[in-house]
Amino acid sequence: MVAPNDSPEETPLVTTNAAYDSKVEGNVIVTQVDAAINWMRKNSLWPMPMGLACCAIELMATGASRFDISRFGAEVMRFSPRQSDVMIVAGTVTYKMSLAVKRIWDQMPEPKWCIAMGACASSGGMYRSYATLQGIDQLIPVDVYISGCPPRPEALIDGLMKLQKLVEEEESLAALKPEITKALS
Amino acid sequence: MLTEVDTQLPDSAESAVAKLKAQFPDAVQSSKEFRGEQTIVIDPASNVELLTYCRDTLGFDFLVDVCSVDNAGQDPRFEVVYHLYSYTTLISLRVKAFLGEDEPTIGTVAGIWATADWHEREVYDMMGITFANHRDLRRILMWEGYPFYPLRKEFPLGGKPSEMPDVAFTGVAQLEGGPFVTAPGPGDTKTREPRSRDQDRG
Repeated sequence: MVAPNDSPEETPLVTTNAAYDSKVEGNVIVTQVDAAINWMRKNSLWPMPMGLACCAIELMATGASRFDISRFGAEVMRFSPRQSDVMIVAGTVTYKMSLAVKRIWDQMPEPKWCIAMGACASSGGMYRSYATLQGIDQLIPVDVYISGCPPRPEALIDGLMKLQKLVEEEESLAALKPEITKALS
Repeated sequence: MLTEVDTQLPDSAESAVAKLKAQFPDAVQSSKEFRGEQTIVIDPASNVELLTYCRDTLGFDFLVDVCSVDNAGQDPRFEVVYHLYSYTTLISLRVKAFLGEDEPTIGTVAGIWATADWHEREVYDMMGITFANHRDLRRILMWEGYPFYPLRKEFPLGGKPSEMPDVAFTGVAQLEGGPFVTAPGPGDTKTREPRSRDQDRG
């Protein structure tokens, strides 16, 4: 420690050194890992557009400029399941198509979510039929169901915001803590 | 420019039916007119020969559709229906052939009109009627190995369970008290509109 009155020029150095670092001030946020990861995930949900019927038209409208799903970070429609986070099942899933949908879902890397968009994807809708799967949740786990035939883009955006809420509250790393500590020790 | 054949073209559906009756007195079993539409019923054994004549001599250059009907409980049970149209004479003609319940088979007309190829595959897929000499008689909507013919009357609306590993499966749709049907007749929109009704009470 330097005495206060010994050298007036060096006085500021003493205080800054202990309490203030101009290089990082304003650039550091203190948070939990889970909160940070979830915040990043929920704001960059890349959809796998599983457009199978007329709901896909509304899905496209949601992506276009009037409704603009990019306001929610989900504008990056990936036609490869390996680059996607959320499968939006938009339309009637026939039995003939159902295993293909399941296969594409299986190809998506974790973590992944699913939105069942519209009546058909949620429950078979008006197709009480020998040819139609009565809800995609028979094959893949659905996080958000959206009613409507087809739902308007606002409804899809509302569903996406509900999914964001869901992602936000997930335990991303906390659940893995025992594994991580074991691997690190 | 009219050729020799063109001058013999029928000028109406009635005359087309008359020419067919004259040419195939045994094959044409009956004919009927309803609201200006001519329908003939033919012997299924001679459908290829008769329909070739329709195209080559009567000028029916367009096969609009091939479809089928299941008259469950009647004999013969199935009918195959050909809708013919002529872009030369602008005449329509409907040709029906009745088939029995056991292994219903009729000759293919895909050699006459190529469009019949897929139409006949659809009839085969949905109704189980086979077409002799068809070059590619596979299912067209359902998958190979699906064990039922879904448009037959005994097939329930909600479907039947089936399983083809790695290909497809089917389940039974819950109809929640009956299919959605309208109730025609007097009454306001609320009573007439399509809604789920008890299948037994109709």
